[in-house]
Amino acid sequence: METRTLTCIGCPLGCTLKAELEGNTVRSVTGNTCPNGEKYARKELTTPERILTTTLPILGGDRPTVSVKTAAPVPKGMMLACMEALRGIRVSAPVNMGQTLVENLANTGVDLVATRAVGREQF
Amino acid sequence: MKNPDLVIIGGGPAGLSAAVAAYEAGLRDILILERDRELGGILNQCIHNGFGLHTFHEELTGPEYAGRFIEKVNALGIPRKLDTMVLSLGPDRSVTATNPADGLFTLHPKAVILAMGCRERPRGALNIPGTRPAGIYTAGTAQHSVNIEGFLPGKRVVILGSGDIGLIMARRMTLEGAKVLAVAELMPYSGGLKRNIVQCLEDFGIPLLLSHTVIDIRGDKRLTGVTLARVENGRPVPGTEISYDCDTLLLSCGLLPENELSRGAGVPLNPVTGGPLVDEGLETGIPGVFAAGNVLHVHDLVDYVTQEAAQAGENAAKYVLSGEKSSENCVKIQCTGGVRYTVPAQVHPGTKSLKIRLRVDKPYRNKRLTVCADGVPVLSRKRPVLAPGEMETLDVTNLPEHFSAITVALEEGK
Amino acid sequence: MQDVVIVGAGVSGCAIARELSRFALDILVLEKEEDVCCGTSKANSGIVHAGFDAPAGSLMAKLNVAGSRAMEALSKELDFPYRRNGSLVLMTRPDQRDALEALMENGRKNGVEGLEILDRDALLAMEPHLSEEVLAGLYAPTGAIVCPFGLTIALAENAAANGVKFQFDSPVTGLSRTGDFWTVHTPTGMIQTRTVMNAAGVHAGDIHGFATGENMKIIPRRGEYFLMDHAVGDYVNSTVFQLPGPYGKGVLVTPTVHGNLLVGPTATDQNDPDRTATTREGLASIREKAAHSVTDIPWRQTITSFAGLRAHRPEHEFYIRETLPGYIDCAGIESPGLTSAPAVGELVAKIAESILKPKKKANFCPTRKNILNPNILSQEARSALIERNPAYGRIICRCEGITEGEILDAIHRTPGARSLDGVKRRVRAGMGRCQGGFCSPKVTAILARELGISLTEVTKSGGSSVLLTGRDKEVQP
Repeated sequence: METRTLTCIGCPLGCTLKAELEGNTVRSVTGNTCPNGEKYARKELTTPERILTTTLPILGGDRPTVSVKTAAPVPKGMMLACMEALRGIRVSAPVNMGQTLVENLANTGVDLVATRAVGREQF
Repeated sequence: MKNPDLVIIGGGPAGLSAAVAAYEAGLRDILILERDRELGGILNQCIHNGFGLHTFHEELTGPEYAGRFIEKVNALGIPRKLDTMVLSLGPDRSVTATNPADGLFTLHPKAVILAMGCRERPRGALNIPGTRPAGIYTAGTAQHSVNIEGFLPGKRVVILGSGDIGLIMARRMTLEGAKVLAVAELMPYSGGLKRNIVQCLEDFGIPLLLSHTVIDIRGDKRLTGVTLARVENGRPVPGTEISYDCDTLLLSCGLLPENELSRGAGVPLNPVTGGPLVDEGLETGIPGVFAAGNVLHVHDLVDYVTQEAAQAGENAAKYVLSGEKSSENCVKIQCTGGVRYTVPAQVHPGTKSLKIRLRVDKPYRNKRLTVCADGVPVLSRKRPVLAPGEMETLDVTNLPEHFSAITVALEEGK
Repeated sequence: MQDVVIVGAGVSGCAIARELSRFALDILVLEKEEDVCCGTSKANSGIVHAGFDAPAGSLMAKLNVAGSRAMEALSKELDFPYRRNGSLVLMTRPDQRDALEALMENGRKNGVEGLEILDRDALLAMEPHLSEEVLAGLYAPTGAIVCPFGLTIALAENAAANGVKFQFDSPVTGLSRTGDFWTVHTPTGMIQTRTVMNAAGVHAGDIHGFATGENMKIIPRRGEYFLMDHAVGDYVNSTVFQLPGPYGKGVLVTPTVHGNLLVGPTATDQNDPDRTATTREGLASIREKAAHSVTDIPWRQTITSFAGLRAHRPEHEFYIRETLPGYIDCAGIESPGLTSAPAVGELVAKIAESILKPKKKANFCPTRKNILNPNILSQEARSALIERNPAYGRIICRCEGITEGEILDAIHRTPGARSLDGVKRRVRAGMGRCQGGFCSPKVTAILARELGISLTEVTKSGGSSVLLTGRDKEVQP
């Protein structure tokens, strides 16, 4: 049995959660004030995920970059691999909000989408 | 140039929300003045997610959140002038601005909404000794470089201040290839959200040093290092110095409402917030001039900016359409027991319901926020935890017909 | 073969260059930094001293008073900010009365006009924020303030317009004499010249050593300052000095020509001629000392603190002479060096004239126009300007209200701005309360575009002071 301590991010209370782990299974969670705390600890200790946001350089656009995000959360441990996979990628304008720019980012099964529109460069 | 009924200074989240609300309240002749080449304000560079949980019940990135309002403003056909800087506001509500297309022009609207936002506290105001090389940026300036220009301002980074922008930039710089060595925070607690401490620092193993500050800055041309030290009673403790070799120092040490225009017009300001003193309708000391968003007081969530600005927009529309002038005799709201300030700071007698936004001076647990009219409680809310970084909102709906004093107090009690 | 090589593009070097540009001479200014006005000239009090302080009979006194008298006319000729605000030297203890009177007497000997001692009430009528301790003060109506960048850059631009060449990033690494001429060594090559002028500020001792093989002691004396926001620029109107007292040489409190409030300097001798770091102790001592003359200084309005170095000689006297044939020292130019600059330029030019016997140029142009400031135009004139050049309608620095048009002008002048600091010294973009937080990315982009370089090549102050280190995802820590 392993004990792990983490801070709940659900609300400003920021409860210090103590979880008992057996392998990859959470046996118990204590220190939480509400049920969300336990839910958070179980998720965070077994399959932590994050939405990844970054930017990509734009070619021929009215601005130098486009902001992007993963369309769904990716495993926390994959964030740097995802960034690595994006190195060197350039996107041509125009780009629509929500447009998929990279499919199946770093084999996570998650697409990368634009979070804003970018127009063509005006001359 | 034709004079619009309402001029909104600033096309960020506050200005956009105010414009939509004013339109929906029946006003048609509205003009937004925005200094950038696009609407959206600072949200355009806040590319991380976490915006809009209250407003849209989903997590959006900054550009997406701004996008929702820009679409609305576009759909309503509300006019705007971009690339336009307001140079001065007169006590008569005249607005003088300039841009490359129109030159220098002065507008005489019936109402004005101040929505200029805030700016970051620079190094000079922090009195950090040392040299003045390249490589020292406010977190927001670095955010602009990384997220808008696509360039990193440095490779090895120390961050002073654990406000949310500092935390967010620790993650951004790390993801883009820089090494963030440490985040130092002068206070014994972080001003940032728990979620950001976990997901921006802990996820990447970046140490957070509480009660620490920068005591020396080195480097002639480009920064070569900084020294941190533990702080006790406002003084660095000898022997606790830690030296870092780094080429970048980011400062996330507080935001200041941007009220140079307001000051120029003679709008009375609240020394605590740095924003205008407003009444329950968010009207400033100059009739017909309203304020909302970070220009009024610094917010932690954009959702609250949106709500507040909608209130200002609606009231500005009423002011123009009904020509109703409120009386001048306001009752000041008194803050006691750890309440730093309230917005509004004053209330007109006869007001029935009232939204009070406030902040406390330090972290508290197990307290109550109580609003009294003439000493009689009209609202009391339990707060298991209160933090200076988190704005509190109280909805008072039952003010008595007559009152001559309003107090907001932080009290003991479960 | 050059006729003249001037080492150092500070206010002295530029003043010499401008004076000599009246003659048909080939003149080259060598500067180790990337721009003019990068050393002592950029970080000082910006005061035009009336001249009561320098010891009577000294060269310093003579040049101070001459410079002070020449400055106003020069400011009109070369269009740089100058304001005669008067100065006060305050005493706070009864036993300082003799010293105050001695100072007035010294000033009279130096030829300073209008000096008088005022009592506390008369002083308070002029300056309501004086401290409780103030008993009396010496009033010098000819005291003034000037923009140190404005003065230096104006001299440089006017010199350049009259044919003087400037070469930056060119430290002098050696001097040798062959027959009738000098060879100046720089990392990029050797330059032959008939005369050399040493105006190298805190580095003048090195240059003197190269030329003569002998030591000249120049002590870098660091002075730290606080600069405060426009909001409190009128906290005092005159320049308020303190009589040296039990707490050492005092600090001054003064408005600047741009409407800020400046408080300082400290005086700390050091060995390093390049270190301009501020210190916790230094900044604290300014606050403590300033309180003796001016009360409740609004320190919260501080927008920056900085330090500069004065080129102090132990003799505390300017050293201006032809030390070797064709080699002229202009060293030890510490305060009142900025004030004295016009007179220093004239004196050195006279020495050079006696050596080179040059002809006057028929086409010398004595005037120069400053970068146009749209803020001083009427609404109509400003609109017309924007119609002609839309860049004047785009505000880049919000705190100081600086337009893209002004920044473009600053970059395309000769010598022009090549860095953020170069732009800042010329048009004040980034000098306001947010200290460039808002405008520095914009100015960086404009510099890259106008100079035809990449964003990663734009610097704060030349050399390795790059602002951006690489594209996202492409840097290695």
